[in-house]
Amino acid sequence: MELEKLLFTKEHEWVRLEGDSAMVGITDYAQHELGDVVYVELPAPGKELKKGDPSANIESVKAVSDVFAPLSGTIGAVNPKLAANPELVNQEPYGDGFLFTMKIKQADEVKELLDHKKYEEYLRGIAGE
Amino acid sequence: MKKTKINEAHYILKAKMVEFCGWDMPIQYSGVNTEHMAVRTTGGIFDVSHMGEIWFRGKDALKTVQYLTSNDAAKLVPGKIQYTALLTENGCFVDDLLVYMMSENEYLLVVNAANIEKDFQWMKKNTAPFAVQIENRSEEYAQIAVQGPVSEKLLSEFTDYDLSTISYYHFAMARVSGLEAIVSRTGYTGEDGFEIYFRADAAAASKLFLALAEKGEKYDALPAGLGARDTLRLEAKMALYGNDIDDSHTVLEADLGWILKLNKEPFIGRDVLARQKAEGIRRKLVGFEMLDKRIARHGYPVYVQGKEFATVTSGTFVPFLKKPIGLAYLPVENAAIDSEFEIGIRDRRVAAKVVKTPFYTKK
Repeated sequence: MELEKLLFTKEHEWVRLEGDSAMVGITDYAQHELGDVVYVELPAPGKELKKGDPSANIESVKAVSDVFAPLSGTIGAVNPKLAANPELVNQEPYGDGFLFTMKIKQADEVKELLDHKKYEEYLRGIAGE
Repeated sequence: MKKTKINEAHYILKAKMVEFCGWDMPIQYSGVNTEHMAVRTTGGIFDVSHMGEIWFRGKDALKTVQYLTSNDAAKLVPGKIQYTALLTENGCFVDDLLVYMMSENEYLLVVNAANIEKDFQWMKKNTAPFAVQIENRSEEYAQIAVQGPVSEKLLSEFTDYDLSTISYYHFAMARVSGLEAIVSRTGYTGEDGFEIYFRADAAAASKLFLALAEKGEKYDALPAGLGARDTLRLEAKMALYGNDIDDSHTVLEADLGWILKLNKEPFIGRDVLARQKAEGIRRKLVGFEMLDKRIARHGYPVYVQGKEFATVTSGTFVPFLKKPIGLAYLPVENAAIDSEFEIGIRDRRVAAKVVKTPFYTKK
């Protein structure tokens, strides 16, 4: 996947836009910080979420982490492969390890997301702290 | 933050460091899963220098150990080690520890990092009339654990001592890389392995750790951090002070009755425990498995027949057995193998069942 086409949150989710739909996952940085992922709890399709609401939980050996909805909308499909292979989140965070898709409700929220360059800068800022 | 003498080696090995009980410690090097599996299948090398070393010396050394701990230290002979507990008057844990019998009048007590000062003060306060000198020498010692099936071969590269002559829960004085060391066949992972105590400056201690890590490559052994230490010890059902055992649960409730010897001379906590043993306990520490893949972690609420009873004392996903397991206190009448109960995980209650422990036993 071309990272330049993705948008990002400061909570380390990524979003790929396709019309009024968005595919959502966690970034390579996030999967690395989490360590070995062993279980992913995904939201129910059809669930309405506001931007910033907890959407999924990712369990790693180390800890459990919330994934926040990067945009407001309705959950479309969830990644069926994660039930049997949660480690895909580590192996292919931007591909087969995606979490879910959602139907976007407020298109103007997209502007608040970071582009790849800005996200990289943000990560450099975290590393420099 | 306190640093072990091996601290520099962790940075050289690019470990991920965290604060643990006031110490700057490696949580992982290559990853918890990888390190856990290495210890089960080949080997792992741990810096455990944060553990405490307290020495008892003098005519009453044995008498002192007997009065302070629940197991029968009279069963020890020089070169033998015993797992035991330091108890409060109520039969609860001040700490759990290892006692090394060095000689007739000399014992080494190895205690948990977080409890060193508390244990030391407790020991001094409660044994004032005894002819014993109690000395906390934790700062002087570095400690490395080499654990896993290859540990004897790996460590043999660093010593002329015939390690095969040291049996489980025994130790020998040996030179390791030229350093005088106590080498014991003990560990906290459920595997065969050794714990090496030695006095050296930081440069020499780091050098030995790095050398073990480098030589480890030949045997596919890896440096391993606190993350794997925790998953390994839980898989082997070894209690962790502060989680599974503490000053609000007795040694009988913690299912550690085997370290309680009521027939030796009096010791702190004995009367309460003798009564508890006669009357029976009401709650007991059990091992459980989740009935689905969700992970119960330390502090999550435990519900027995719909009512909140306690919280999970330890819980994680263990990489070797590949399932979420944990420990919790349950009412004894609900603690039989296969009994089901629930654990609150976020906004749900998830089913768990009591299983036989240890979860993992070395083949």
